[in-house]
Amino acid sequence: MGYIAARGGVEAIEHARHLVRYFRLRGGSAPLEVRQIQDQFRLAVDKVMGEGSLYSPFHAALALKQTEGDAAEAALMLRAFASTCPRTAVSYVVDPGEMHVLRRISAAFQEVPGGQLLGPSRDYTQRLFDFTLAEERDAEVQAYLTEHAPAVLPDPRRPLPRFPKVLDVLRAEGLLAPLPPRPADGEGPFDVTRRALVFPAPRSARLQTLARGETGGLLALAYSSMRGYGDVHPTIGDLRVGWVPVRVRHPHGGAAVLVGRVLVTEAEVIARFGDVDGSRGAPMFTVGYGLCFGHNELKAICMAVLDRAMNEPEARAPAESEEFVLAHVDPVEASGFALHYKLPHYVTFQSEIDRLRAAQRQAAHREAARDVGA
Amino acid sequence: MDTVPALLRIDALTKIHGAGCDACVALTGPQAGANVCPRCGSVVACADVSLEVQAGEIFGIVGESGSGKTTVLRCLYGDEAPTSGRAYLAPFDEGRADLFAASPQRRYYIRTHLLGMVYQSPALGLRMDFSSGANIAERLLVVGDRHFGRIRGRARALLERTEVPFARIDEPPRRFSGGMQQRVQIAKALANDPPVLLFDEVTTGLDVSVQARVLDLIRELRRRLRVAMIVVSHDLGVIRLLAQRTAVMKDGRIVEVGLTDQILEDPQRPYTQLLVSAQL
Amino acid sequence: MSVRELARDAASARGYNFAYLDEHSKREVRRRLLKAVAIPGHQVPFASRELPIARGWGTGGLQITLALIGPDDVLKVIDQGSDDSVNAVNLRALIARTTGVWTTSDARDATIIQTRHRVPETPMTAAQMLVLQVPDPEPLRHVESGETRRRRMHAEGDYSAIWVHLFEDVVRWGEVTAASGYPVRVHGRYVMDPTPIPRWDVPKLDRAETLYLFGAGREKRLYAVPPHTAVEPLEFDDLPFAVEDFGGARCRRCGSARSFLNASYDHETGERSYVCSDTDYCERCAATALLSGEAP
Repeated sequence: MGYIAARGGVEAIEHARHLVRYFRLRGGSAPLEVRQIQDQFRLAVDKVMGEGSLYSPFHAALALKQTEGDAAEAALMLRAFASTCPRTAVSYVVDPGEMHVLRRISAAFQEVPGGQLLGPSRDYTQRLFDFTLAEERDAEVQAYLTEHAPAVLPDPRRPLPRFPKVLDVLRAEGLLAPLPPRPADGEGPFDVTRRALVFPAPRSARLQTLARGETGGLLALAYSSMRGYGDVHPTIGDLRVGWVPVRVRHPHGGAAVLVGRVLVTEAEVIARFGDVDGSRGAPMFTVGYGLCFGHNELKAICMAVLDRAMNEPEARAPAESEEFVLAHVDPVEASGFALHYKLPHYVTFQSEIDRLRAAQRQAAHREAARDVGA
Repeated sequence: MDTVPALLRIDALTKIHGAGCDACVALTGPQAGANVCPRCGSVVACADVSLEVQAGEIFGIVGESGSGKTTVLRCLYGDEAPTSGRAYLAPFDEGRADLFAASPQRRYYIRTHLLGMVYQSPALGLRMDFSSGANIAERLLVVGDRHFGRIRGRARALLERTEVPFARIDEPPRRFSGGMQQRVQIAKALANDPPVLLFDEVTTGLDVSVQARVLDLIRELRRRLRVAMIVVSHDLGVIRLLAQRTAVMKDGRIVEVGLTDQILEDPQRPYTQLLVSAQL
Repeated sequence: MSVRELARDAASARGYNFAYLDEHSKREVRRRLLKAVAIPGHQVPFASRELPIARGWGTGGLQITLALIGPDDVLKVIDQGSDDSVNAVNLRALIARTTGVWTTSDARDATIIQTRHRVPETPMTAAQMLVLQVPDPEPLRHVESGETRRRRMHAEGDYSAIWVHLFEDVVRWGEVTAASGYPVRVHGRYVMDPTPIPRWDVPKLDRAETLYLFGAGREKRLYAVPPHTAVEPLEFDDLPFAVEDFGGARCRRCGSARSFLNASYDHETGERSYVCSDTDYCERCAATALLSGEAP
């Protein structure tokens, strides 16, 4: 049976679907609960939420289960699903100052206002296998939680600690340009899912595209910039992971209503100083900003580095070219196109063969003409 | 006396890089000895440049780097947009329409049909990885020529005229010497018989003997084709050899203009005197 | 209630709007298409929606079909000319499931034909539309890598870069080597990529009876060629555009020598033969040949 057998196409697809299910289950192990993926694979879930551009840990976890851990396919599922969800509101601008901070570090100064908070991080562990994880039992887990959970949770009686932004400190000292004025009310951000992107892109469009970008793609481009293709040597002013409140306008009455909190990672990097707006005035440090769903430090840092790199007036390297970066970081577009080469291309190939034969005939004529002349 | 209407006329061409302010032009120039506006920091590359070129004439523009001479050519060719000013070309709307105010499509027409440009760096004017024949073909294709055989024939003829051996017609200019690259550029600029050719420092960077060959070629072209040219150079020797009339530029302004011989033998303005005595 | 009405209700019962897309999205596509039709060959940016089909697999063509299809339309979907190609089957199933429309493999009966890489051999009429899936809408992609620069080139009608490439092709190889997706000039103005259809199909676009609509979902562009519009392949006067040459081969199944053929290697004997890529045309040809006793 071929790739297209006469009348066989439908059967082939059905059979392939059965095999997909079979391969997921054939090991015979206990079926994964979506809850388990949500809890114990939280970083994979966060990555998929960011790339799928939908904040829903449940759906991201289910997608990972359904796709057997294929993050690109999972992101595609979330995107398609998000596309069918009705748009009920646009939130008020989220104030990162209201973040319930889980983790906060700054590389800029040894001590910073508010202090450094390591939070849950593997940064300073050694990457050695913990083989006891292969034998982890339910009873141990429950015992651990009973004993240790209370110490980790914050005291609800105490106010949330505040962490002033390092960048604000630099601004106050005149080392960083003041923030541009907020856009007027009613002038919402550019919505990349509702309008086609054209270049030069408005900043909100750029940041949205990066926020929806594939972590590995962003990493490769940001890394090229750090390694010298372009020149961003970033100092992390602030890297934060935490929950931020999301508020919308109530449809009746217009009050601001809290609809929930989302976990985000935010990175602000400081890069070398330069002529900020291309004219006179004192030189200032330049910045890059990154914000993404969930706990994904790599992505937020790379976003910020690329944001800064793309601010260069002349793109001397791919990471500095907005057209290059924004066109190539979308996981759904990139993976879809890369994989589309699996589709039949036999008509186009037949056409190529025709051209090659023609070119070979021409070459043979020339060869013959040369021989005659010789 | 009846004056023959000029083939090309430029009126008050001004180019400012940066935001600009009211004082930019007044506070820069040869009097100030600077191009940078002390008030707003903008660079006045050139200001109030006016000149006329007659049909069949070679007009020279001489000055040091920073004088604004290359800016004048770039604005005329369309590589840069002027800040203000007007320009008129006799074959374009009978000399009545301002080139600088024309639509992008019409600017494109002027650039492909009425002007030819030869840059100091051949990489700017040539596609270095395409054969020299294809480079010349481009200028013909762009004006609507569609006959491969005829285009190739014309490319051959132009290379012959610019003394490039036609065995090299299928080779990319990247493999040529600097002098030969310039000759391919000249052949390309000539391809569609433009009424005006623009030369920007075409011999700078070439060996003296190679320079001489290129200059001879340009003179020969003018003699045979009667095409008008604007030749920009910092080298008075080049100007003296080629140009009938010359403008001297300093700090973005024309300081003197007249017959080349007169300017070189009897310079009136102090800057010109300085320039002439330093070089010749 | 007709079968079709039942199917349509089933679609909505499952929670999807008719033809899957919400009405706002359909309106966006239709408006952009109107602009595209008004400026033949010009690429119109549109806010391409995410769909449950991977990008690069036909989301652009799909959005056009979903935005235009109505309950009385009859749909045909082909890929490489075949109705049974797996991707065509998948797309057809999605459209049919969310609309309840009749589907067919007969090119004469369809009102909308969505296609990848082929134009049907059967001449199409003014009552039909052809929706082409576009992998890359930009004919200047390989001659100029900057998007902003390319837009300027289209705006100024500056196609010198493509012409130089074609010229150099002839210098190097003796002929233009562009195989499928041959660049064409539409209405004497824009140069357009007709999608990777073979050169065989390019002449079908010129002054056709049918409306041609092109959708690039990943690149987010729509374009169109309205009926009776000039579509001319870029060619040299002394090297006219030529279609593929099959060296006198005929289709193994129907005997046709007048359709685009694909080489096929028998999976047991390895022997090469040729078959029509357009399976619908081939079947009808074979039937006609059977009845008349002649090859077409």
